[in-house]
Amino acid sequence: MMKVEAARILRAFVIELALYALLVTGYFFLVLHYLSGWLQDLHLHHVKLYALTAISLIITQAIVLESVTSWLMRMLRGRTE
Amino acid sequence: MFFPISGSHISPIYLAVIGFLIGIMGGFFGVGGSFIAGPALRAVGLDWNFAVGTDLAHIVGKSVVAAKRHRALGNVDLRLGFIMAIGTMGGAEVGAQLIQMLKRAGNVNTVVSAVSIVIYVSISSFMIWEAWRTLRVQKRRKPRSKARSTNAKKDESAFRHRTRAIQRLRLWPMIALPTSGVRAISLWVIILVSFIGGLFSGFLGGGAGYIRMPMMVYILGIPTHLAVGTDLFEIIISASYGTFSHAIKGNVDILIALVMHTGAAIGAQIGAIATQYFAGPKIRLAFVPLPLIGAAIVIYTLMTGHKI
Repeated sequence: MMKVEAARILRAFVIELALYALLVTGYFFLVLHYLSGWLQDLHLHHVKLYALTAISLIITQAIVLESVTSWLMRMLRGRTE
Repeated sequence: MFFPISGSHISPIYLAVIGFLIGIMGGFFGVGGSFIAGPALRAVGLDWNFAVGTDLAHIVGKSVVAAKRHRALGNVDLRLGFIMAIGTMGGAEVGAQLIQMLKRAGNVNTVVSAVSIVIYVSISSFMIWEAWRTLRVQKRRKPRSKARSTNAKKDESAFRHRTRAIQRLRLWPMIALPTSGVRAISLWVIILVSFIGGLFSGFLGGGAGYIRMPMMVYILGIPTHLAVGTDLFEIIISASYGTFSHAIKGNVDILIALVMHTGAAIGAQIGAIATQYFAGPKIRLAFVPLPLIGAAIVIYTLMTGHKI
Protein backbone atom coordinates (compact mmCIF):
# COMPACT_ATOMS: atom_id res chain seq x y z
CA MET A 1 0.00 0.00 0.00
CA MET A 2 2.81 2.37 0.97
CA LYS A 3 4.73 1.45 -2.21
CA VAL A 4 1.71 2.23 -4.40
CA GLU A 5 1.28 5.60 -2.66
CA ALA A 6 4.99 6.44 -3.07
CA ALA A 7 4.92 5.47 -6.76
CA ARG A 8 1.83 7.64 -7.30
CA ILE A 9 3.48 10.66 -5.65
CA LEU A 10 6.70 10.10 -7.60
CA ARG A 11 4.82 9.82 -10.90
CA ALA A 12 2.90 13.03 -10.22
CA PHE A 13 6.14 14.78 -9.28
CA VAL A 14 7.96 13.66 -12.46
CA ILE A 15 5.05 14.83 -14.66
CA GLU A 16 4.97 18.11 -12.76
CA LEU A 17 8.72 18.61 -13.26
CA ALA A 18 8.42 17.91 -17.00
CA LEU A 19 5.53 20.38 -17.42
CA TYR A 20 7.32 22.92 -15.30
CA ALA A 21 10.56 22.53 -17.31
CA LEU A 22 8.58 23.13 -20.52
CA LEU A 23 7.02 26.31 -19.14
CA VAL A 24 10.34 27.56 -17.80
CA THR A 25 12.17 26.91 -21.09
CA GLY A 26 9.56 28.99 -22.92
CA TYR A 27 9.97 31.65 -20.27
CA PHE A 28 13.79 31.74 -20.70
CA PHE A 29 13.60 32.31 -24.43
CA LEU A 30 10.60 34.62 -24.62
CA VAL A 31 10.46 36.83 -21.53
CA LEU A 32 14.11 37.02 -20.46
CA HIS A 33 15.30 37.56 -24.05
CA TYR A 34 13.06 40.60 -24.47
CA LEU A 35 13.75 41.95 -20.99
CA SER A 36 17.56 41.78 -21.09
CA GLY A 37 18.19 44.84 -23.31
CA TRP A 38 15.80 47.02 -21.38
CA LEU A 39 17.17 45.91 -17.98
CA GLN A 40 20.77 46.47 -19.09
CA ASP A 41 19.87 50.02 -20.13
CA LEU A 42 18.22 50.65 -16.74
CA HIS A 43 21.26 49.17 -14.94
CA LEU A 44 23.59 51.56 -16.78
CA HIS A 45 21.56 54.76 -16.76
CA HIS A 46 18.84 54.65 -14.06
CA VAL A 47 20.23 52.68 -11.12
CA LYS A 48 17.46 53.47 -8.60
CA LEU A 49 14.76 52.56 -11.10
CA TYR A 50 16.72 49.37 -11.87
CA ALA A 51 16.84 48.49 -8.15
CA LEU A 52 13.07 48.94 -7.79
CA THR A 53 12.38 47.02 -11.02
CA ALA A 54 14.68 44.17 -9.89
CA ILE A 55 12.80 43.70 -6.60
CA SER A 56 9.39 43.99 -8.30
CA LEU A 57 10.38 41.45 -10.96
CA ILE A 58 11.67 38.81 -8.52
CA ILE A 59 8.62 39.17 -6.22
CA THR A 60 6.18 39.04 -9.16
CA GLN A 61 7.95 35.97 -10.58
CA ALA A 62 7.83 34.32 -7.14
CA ILE A 63 4.08 34.88 -6.79
CA VAL A 64 3.37 33.69 -10.35
CA LEU A 65 5.59 30.58 -10.10
CA GLU A 66 4.16 29.67 -6.69
CA SER A 67 0.67 29.81 -8.21
CA VAL A 68 1.77 27.78 -11.26
CA THR A 69 3.46 25.05 -9.18
CA SER A 70 0.55 24.91 -6.71
CA TRP A 71 -1.90 24.59 -9.62
CA LEU A 72 0.21 21.85 -11.22
CA MET A 73 0.41 19.96 -7.91
CA ARG A 74 -3.36 20.21 -7.36
CA MET A 75 -4.12 19.19 -10.93
CA LEU A 76 -1.79 16.18 -10.95
CA ARG A 77 -2.83 15.04 -7.48
CA GLY A 78 -6.44 15.15 -8.63
CA ARG A 79 -5.68 13.17 -11.80
CA THR A 80 -3.67 10.43 -10.12
CA GLU A 81 -6.18 9.85 -7.33
CA MET B 1 23.27 31.93 -22.07
CA PHE B 2 24.77 35.43 -22.05
CA PHE B 3 23.84 37.73 -19.17
CA PRO B 4 24.61 41.27 -20.36
CA ILE B 5 24.32 43.04 -16.97
CA SER B 6 27.25 41.15 -15.43
CA GLY B 7 28.79 40.29 -18.81
CA SER B 8 28.92 36.56 -18.04
CA HIS B 9 28.13 33.33 -19.88
CA ILE B 10 26.40 30.82 -17.59
CA SER B 11 24.30 27.75 -18.39
CA PRO B 12 20.66 28.40 -17.37
CA ILE B 13 20.32 24.71 -16.47
CA TYR B 14 23.21 25.04 -13.99
CA LEU B 15 21.54 28.09 -12.42
CA ALA B 16 18.14 26.40 -12.21
CA VAL B 17 19.65 23.24 -10.64
CA ILE B 18 21.61 25.28 -8.05
CA GLY B 19 18.42 27.25 -7.34
CA PHE B 20 16.46 24.01 -6.96
CA LEU B 21 18.91 22.53 -4.41
CA ILE B 22 19.15 25.74 -2.39
CA GLY B 23 15.37 26.07 -2.63
CA ILE B 24 14.82 22.67 -0.98
CA MET B 25 17.24 23.63 1.80
CA GLY B 26 15.68 27.07 2.28
CA GLY B 27 12.13 25.71 2.42
CA PHE B 28 13.12 23.02 4.92
CA PHE B 29 15.50 24.95 7.23
CA GLY B 30 14.42 28.57 6.70
CA VAL B 31 17.87 29.71 5.57
CA GLY B 32 18.92 31.75 2.55
CA GLY B 33 21.67 29.31 1.56
CA SER B 34 24.10 32.02 0.50
CA PHE B 35 27.10 30.02 1.80
CA ILE B 36 26.40 27.61 -1.08
CA ALA B 37 24.94 30.00 -3.68
CA GLY B 38 27.84 32.48 -3.39
CA PRO B 39 30.58 29.89 -4.11
CA ALA B 40 28.37 28.24 -6.79
CA LEU B 41 28.08 31.54 -8.66
CA ARG B 42 31.79 32.26 -8.19
CA ALA B 43 32.60 28.81 -9.59
CA VAL B 44 31.16 29.82 -12.98
CA GLY B 45 33.15 33.03 -13.09
CA LEU B 46 30.76 35.64 -11.67
CA ASP B 47 32.55 38.44 -9.78
CA TRP B 48 32.16 38.43 -5.99
CA ASN B 49 30.20 41.69 -5.89
CA PHE B 50 27.68 40.29 -8.42
CA ALA B 51 27.59 36.90 -6.67
CA VAL B 52 26.63 38.51 -3.33
CA GLY B 53 24.05 40.96 -4.72
CA THR B 54 22.47 38.50 -7.18
CA ASP B 55 22.23 35.82 -4.50
CA LEU B 56 20.33 38.24 -2.26
CA ALA B 57 17.83 38.97 -5.06
CA HIS B 58 17.30 35.24 -5.60
CA ILE B 59 16.82 34.77 -1.83
CA VAL B 60 13.94 37.30 -1.92
CA GLY B 61 12.12 35.28 -4.60
CA LYS B 62 12.76 31.92 -2.97
CA SER B 63 11.64 33.20 0.44
CA VAL B 64 8.37 34.54 -1.04
CA VAL B 65 7.54 31.07 -2.42
CA ALA B 66 8.60 29.16 0.72
CA ALA B 67 6.96 31.64 3.14
CA LYS B 68 3.70 31.53 1.14
CA ARG B 69 3.70 27.75 1.38
CA HIS B 70 4.62 27.82 5.09
CA ARG B 71 1.84 30.36 5.68
CA ALA B 72 -0.66 28.00 4.07
CA LEU B 73 0.60 25.32 6.49
CA GLY B 74 0.14 27.70 9.46
CA ASN B 75 3.88 28.11 10.06
CA VAL B 76 4.26 31.90 9.87
CA ASP B 77 3.91 34.32 12.81
CA LEU B 78 3.40 37.65 11.00
CA ARG B 79 3.63 39.80 14.15
CA LEU B 80 6.96 38.27 15.11
CA GLY B 81 8.21 38.52 11.51
CA PHE B 82 7.52 42.26 11.25
CA ILE B 83 9.15 43.02 14.63
CA MET B 84 12.20 40.94 13.74
CA ALA B 85 12.61 42.67 10.36
CA ILE B 86 13.19 45.99 12.16
CA GLY B 87 15.92 44.55 14.40
CA THR B 88 17.53 42.68 11.49
CA MET B 89 17.87 45.79 9.33
CA GLY B 90 19.36 47.75 12.26
CA GLY B 91 21.80 44.93 13.00
CA ALA B 92 22.78 44.57 9.32
CA GLU B 93 23.72 48.25 9.17
CA VAL B 94 25.87 47.97 12.33
CA GLY B 95 27.50 44.79 10.96
CA ALA B 96 28.35 46.56 7.68
CA GLN B 97 29.84 49.49 9.65
CA LEU B 98 31.94 47.04 11.70
CA ILE B 99 33.31 45.58 8.48
CA GLN B 100 34.24 49.07 7.30
CA MET B 101 36.04 49.74 10.62
CA LEU B 102 37.99 46.47 10.34
CA LYS B 103 38.84 47.27 6.73
CA ARG B 104 40.36 50.57 7.85
CA ALA B 105 42.31 48.75 10.60
CA GLY B 106 43.56 46.31 7.93
CA ASN B 107 42.63 43.01 9.62
CA VAL B 108 39.15 42.36 8.31
CA ASN B 109 39.83 38.89 6.84
CA THR B 110 41.45 37.44 9.97
CA VAL B 111 38.83 38.76 12.39
CA VAL B 112 35.81 37.85 10.23
CA SER B 113 37.19 34.35 9.54
CA ALA B 114 38.00 33.64 13.20
CA VAL B 115 34.61 34.92 14.42
CA SER B 116 32.69 32.96 11.80
CA ILE B 117 34.51 29.66 12.53
CA VAL B 118 33.84 30.00 16.28
CA ILE B 119 30.18 30.89 15.70
CA TYR B 120 29.50 28.13 13.13
CA VAL B 121 31.15 25.39 15.20
CA SER B 122 29.45 26.56 18.42
CA ILE B 123 25.99 26.55 16.82
CA SER B 124 26.50 23.06 15.40
CA SER B 125 27.90 21.63 18.64
CA PHE B 126 25.09 23.11 20.72
CA MET B 127 22.39 21.89 18.32
CA ILE B 128 23.83 18.35 18.20
CA TRP B 129 23.82 18.23 22.01
CA GLU B 130 20.32 19.67 22.37
CA ALA B 131 18.57 17.76 19.57
CA TRP B 132 20.21 14.46 20.58
CA ARG B 133 19.21 14.97 24.23
CA THR B 134 15.64 15.89 23.31
CA LEU B 135 15.30 12.86 21.02
CA ARG B 136 16.70 10.58 23.76
CA VAL B 137 14.17 11.89 26.29
CA GLN B 138 11.36 11.44 23.75
CA LYS B 139 12.48 7.89 22.99
CA ARG B 140 12.49 6.98 26.68
CA ARG B 141 9.02 8.42 27.14
CA LYS B 142 7.55 6.88 23.97
CA PRO B 143 6.56 3.39 25.22
CA ARG B 144 4.45 4.96 28.01
CA SER B 145 2.62 7.35 25.69
CA LYS B 146 2.13 5.09 22.68
CA ALA B 147 -1.60 5.58 22.74
CA ARG B 148 -1.26 9.32 22.35
CA SER B 149 -1.31 10.60 18.78
CA THR B 150 1.95 12.10 17.59
CA ASN B 151 2.01 15.53 16.09
CA ALA B 152 5.10 16.50 14.07
CA LYS B 153 4.61 20.20 14.90
CA LYS B 154 4.47 19.66 18.67
CA ASP B 155 7.89 20.78 19.72
CA GLU B 156 10.10 19.85 22.63
CA SER B 157 13.55 21.04 23.61
CA ALA B 158 16.10 20.05 26.23
CA PHE B 159 16.80 23.80 26.56
CA ARG B 160 13.16 24.61 27.39
CA HIS B 161 13.81 25.58 31.04
CA ARG B 162 16.27 28.31 29.98
CA THR B 163 13.85 29.55 27.31
CA ARG B 164 11.10 29.82 29.95
CA ALA B 165 13.45 31.86 32.18
CA ILE B 166 14.08 34.25 29.27
CA GLN B 167 10.33 34.54 28.64
CA ARG B 168 9.79 35.40 32.33
CA LEU B 169 12.10 38.47 32.11
CA ARG B 170 9.84 41.47 32.83
CA LEU B 171 11.33 44.14 30.58
CA TRP B 172 8.50 46.45 29.47
CA PRO B 173 6.87 46.35 26.91
CA MET B 174 5.78 42.71 27.06
CA ILE B 175 3.99 41.31 24.02
CA ALA B 176 2.09 38.11 23.29
CA LEU B 177 2.72 35.89 20.25
CA PRO B 178 -0.43 33.75 20.13
CA THR B 179 0.44 32.15 16.77
CA SER B 180 3.71 30.85 18.24
CA GLY B 181 2.10 29.91 21.56
CA VAL B 182 4.16 32.46 23.54
CA ARG B 183 1.97 34.09 26.19
CA ALA B 184 4.33 36.98 27.00
CA ILE B 185 7.86 37.99 26.05
CA SER B 186 9.76 41.24 26.24
CA LEU B 187 9.86 43.16 22.97
CA TRP B 188 13.52 43.94 23.71
CA VAL B 189 14.43 40.25 23.70
CA ILE B 190 12.92 39.85 20.20
CA ILE B 191 14.66 43.01 18.99
CA LEU B 192 17.96 41.80 20.48
CA VAL B 193 17.69 38.37 18.81
CA SER B 194 16.89 39.89 15.41
CA PHE B 195 19.58 42.55 15.88
CA ILE B 196 22.21 39.85 16.50
CA GLY B 197 20.98 37.96 13.40
CA GLY B 198 21.23 41.18 11.36
CA LEU B 199 24.65 41.96 12.82
CA PHE B 200 25.98 38.60 11.60
CA SER B 201 24.27 39.08 8.26
CA GLY B 202 26.02 42.44 7.77
CA PHE B 203 29.29 41.16 9.25
CA LEU B 204 29.59 37.73 7.60
CA GLY B 205 27.31 38.23 4.57
CA GLY B 206 24.19 36.31 3.50
CA GLY B 207 20.90 36.13 5.35
CA ALA B 208 22.35 34.64 8.59
CA GLY B 209 19.44 32.19 8.92
CA TYR B 210 21.94 29.68 10.39
CA ILE B 211 22.08 31.83 13.55
CA ARG B 212 18.59 33.39 13.57
CA MET B 213 16.59 30.17 13.25
CA PRO B 214 18.29 28.46 16.26
CA MET B 215 18.00 31.67 18.32
CA MET B 216 14.27 31.84 17.60
CA VAL B 217 13.86 28.28 18.87
CA TYR B 218 16.16 28.39 21.91
CA ILE B 219 15.87 32.02 23.09
CA LEU B 220 12.37 33.09 22.03
CA GLY B 221 10.82 29.62 22.45
CA ILE B 222 9.23 29.52 18.98
CA PRO B 223 8.33 25.98 17.77
CA THR B 224 10.81 24.83 15.07
CA HIS B 225 8.23 24.74 12.23
CA LEU B 226 7.10 28.28 13.03
CA ALA B 227 10.71 29.46 13.40
CA VAL B 228 11.47 28.17 9.88
CA GLY B 229 8.36 29.80 8.33
CA THR B 230 8.69 33.09 10.22
CA ASP B 231 12.40 33.33 9.47
CA LEU B 232 11.60 32.98 5.76
CA PHE B 233 8.94 35.70 5.99
CA GLU B 234 11.39 37.97 7.81
CA ILE B 235 14.08 37.24 5.18
CA ILE B 236 11.74 38.61 2.45
CA ILE B 237 11.83 42.04 4.11
CA SER B 238 15.51 42.13 5.10
CA ALA B 239 16.78 40.57 1.82
CA SER B 240 14.65 43.05 -0.21
CA TYR B 241 16.37 45.85 1.65
CA GLY B 242 19.78 44.25 0.96
CA THR B 243 18.92 43.68 -2.71
CA PHE B 244 17.91 47.34 -3.15
CA SER B 245 21.10 48.50 -1.46
CA HIS B 246 23.29 46.20 -3.63
CA ALA B 247 21.36 47.01 -6.85
CA ILE B 248 22.02 50.73 -6.37
CA LYS B 249 25.74 49.90 -6.10
CA GLY B 250 25.43 47.96 -9.39
CA ASN B 251 25.95 44.53 -7.78
CA VAL B 252 22.76 42.73 -8.90
CA ASP B 253 22.29 40.83 -12.17
CA ILE B 254 18.55 40.35 -11.90
CA LEU B 255 18.42 38.13 -15.01
CA ILE B 256 20.65 35.53 -13.29
CA ALA B 257 18.51 35.77 -10.15
CA LEU B 258 15.32 35.24 -12.18
CA VAL B 259 16.74 32.13 -13.86
CA MET B 260 18.03 30.70 -10.54
CA HIS B 261 14.64 31.35 -9.04
CA THR B 262 12.83 29.16 -11.59
CA GLY B 263 14.51 26.15 -9.93
CA ALA B 264 14.26 27.58 -6.41
CA ALA B 265 10.48 28.10 -6.73
CA ILE B 266 9.82 24.38 -6.99
CA GLY B 267 12.61 23.38 -4.56
CA ALA B 268 11.34 25.76 -1.87
CA GLN B 269 7.85 24.24 -2.07
CA ILE B 270 9.22 20.72 -1.72
CA GLY B 271 11.34 21.79 1.27
CA ALA B 272 8.42 23.55 2.96
CA ILE B 273 6.07 20.58 2.49
CA ALA B 274 8.78 18.17 3.74
CA THR B 275 8.88 19.95 7.15
CA GLN B 276 5.40 18.51 7.84
CA TYR B 277 6.84 15.01 7.98
CA PHE B 278 9.59 15.73 10.54
CA ALA B 279 9.40 16.62 14.23
CA GLY B 280 11.19 19.75 15.51
CA PRO B 281 14.26 18.01 17.07
CA LYS B 282 14.83 16.03 13.84
CA ILE B 283 14.76 19.22 11.76
CA ARG B 284 17.24 20.79 14.22
CA LEU B 285 19.52 17.74 14.04
CA ALA B 286 19.45 17.79 10.22
CA PHE B 287 20.33 21.51 10.39
CA VAL B 288 23.68 20.77 12.12
CA PRO B 289 25.81 20.24 8.94
CA LEU B 290 24.86 23.64 7.49
CA PRO B 291 26.96 25.85 9.82
CA LEU B 292 29.75 23.24 9.57
CA ILE B 293 29.79 23.58 5.77
CA GLY B 294 30.07 27.34 6.30
CA ALA B 295 33.02 26.79 8.69
CA ALA B 296 34.71 24.39 6.22
CA ILE B 297 34.45 27.00 3.44
CA VAL B 298 36.04 29.66 5.68
CA ILE B 299 38.86 27.29 6.76
CA TYR B 300 39.51 26.35 3.12
CA THR B 301 39.68 30.04 2.17
CA LEU B 302 42.09 30.77 5.04
CA MET B 303 44.39 27.83 4.19
CA THR B 304 44.52 28.21 0.43
CA GLY B 305 43.98 31.94 0.04
CA HIS B 306 41.34 31.24 -2.66
CA LYS B 307 37.76 32.27 -2.23
CA ILE B 308 35.36 29.55 -3.34
